Amino acid sequence: MSTVKLTVNGKAVSADVEDRTLLVHLLRDHLNLTGTHVGCDTSQCGACVVHIDGRAVKSCTVLAGQAAGSSVTTIEGIAKGDELHPMQAAFRDNHGLQCGYCTPGMIMSAIDIVHRHSGQLDEETVRQELEGNICRCTGYHNIVKAVLDAAGRMKVAQAAE
Amino acid sequence: MHQTTYHRPSSVDEAASLFAKGSDAKYLAGGHTLIPVMKQRLASPSDVIDLGKIKELIGVEATGDGIVVKSATTHYDVASSETVRKAIPALAYLASLIGDPAVRHRGTIGGSLANNDPAADYPAAVLALGAIVKTNKRSISADDFFKGLFSTALEDGEIITAVSFPVQAKAGYAKFNHPASRFALTGVFVAKTPAGDVRVAATGASQSGVMRVGAIEAALKANWSAGAIDAVKISADGLLNDIHGTADYRANLVKVMAQRAVQAAG
Repeated sequence: MSTVKLTVNGKAVSADVEDRTLLVHLLRDHLNLTGTHVGCDTSQCGACVVHIDGRAVKSCTVLAGQAAGSSVTTIEGIAKGDELHPMQAAFRDNHGLQCGYCTPGMIMSAIDIVHRHSGQLDEETVRQELEGNICRCTGYHNIVKAVLDAAGRMKVAQAAE
Repeated sequence: MHQTTYHRPSSVDEAASLFAKGSDAKYLAGGHTLIPVMKQRLASPSDVIDLGKIKELIGVEATGDGIVVKSATTHYDVASSETVRKAIPALAYLASLIGDPAVRHRGTIGGSLANNDPAADYPAAVLALGAIVKTNKRSISADDFFKGLFSTALEDGEIITAVSFPVQAKAGYAKFNHPASRFALTGVFVAKTPAGDVRVAATGASQSGVMRVGAIEAALKANWSAGAIDAVKISADGLLNDIHGTADYRANLVKVMAQRAVQAAG
């Protein structure tokens, strides 16, 4: 057992966990942040994507101890109160989800994609960049539309800040 | 996953001494091979020693005639490094093809080389560019480093600290990736040295892991062009033969990827 201290969604947290605990289980089972999903548990599907120090990672393939001292952002941490993050709003407006299982990971990956490309995105880039996130419902079409829509909204939001 | 004890040393020396104390210790860098293997219970190390936060193992430096990529540098940081892009763009390109974006944020060059997966990308670059693998004990030339499937010249407890890549006159990489895993079904890295020698390495093709391709090297030395490879015959002997592709198919891929790599190198 070890005490793992880290920042999650802006709050300092501490949890006593077995050393073999994965970050996704620390989030879900110890911190009750069940928005982050476990899909494949083999680093393929991307349902577990969160940000560690601003970078999208698959939390099923990170030990909790590896995240100690880091700042983790999950799907629960991106809205401002009742106001959805522009990526969440774009997924809703573009019907970018059906069952919703992959959505938290899709949204966390998509925010990272927009940040890395400074908002300069085209459809082909979005499709390539989403290769680590699998959706079994939508055929990706509306997800790609949502990411492109959100890239524009995030630019506007950034300019306003 | 079985129980284990996690350690986060802050120096290479501390990591090596923790390893020596563990009954069955393993080093962890990005964790994108070791953690999946631990989940499958194919590995159950007593101690996991995290190299990923050791500052002396992270970063890229330009040297007079090449670049040094420290071992815990992630694929994303190699792919997006201006130093790498300027000196050896083919190496940055190769790093940008590994896995997916989230995997590239964690996986490291040192981890990839120490694991020496027969379908990994980095071994092809290290072998074709004639890189030197530096460890906490010695320097190992690329030709001596790779010893076959998941096997390297590394001794028990030895830590890769950096890889030193010489800048070559030309370098290119082309990969036919497996659409689900993004590993190389076959990938070929070609390089022409300033003296005119040619080194060609193929990954994903051989049953013994990354390999030099002598026939293509000879053809390109005589005539550096994709067309020069047309007449080369690649034997299917010893090549991987699995549900993803037959040995004959891979033999052809070695040629086609080499041609594309030459075109990419210019």
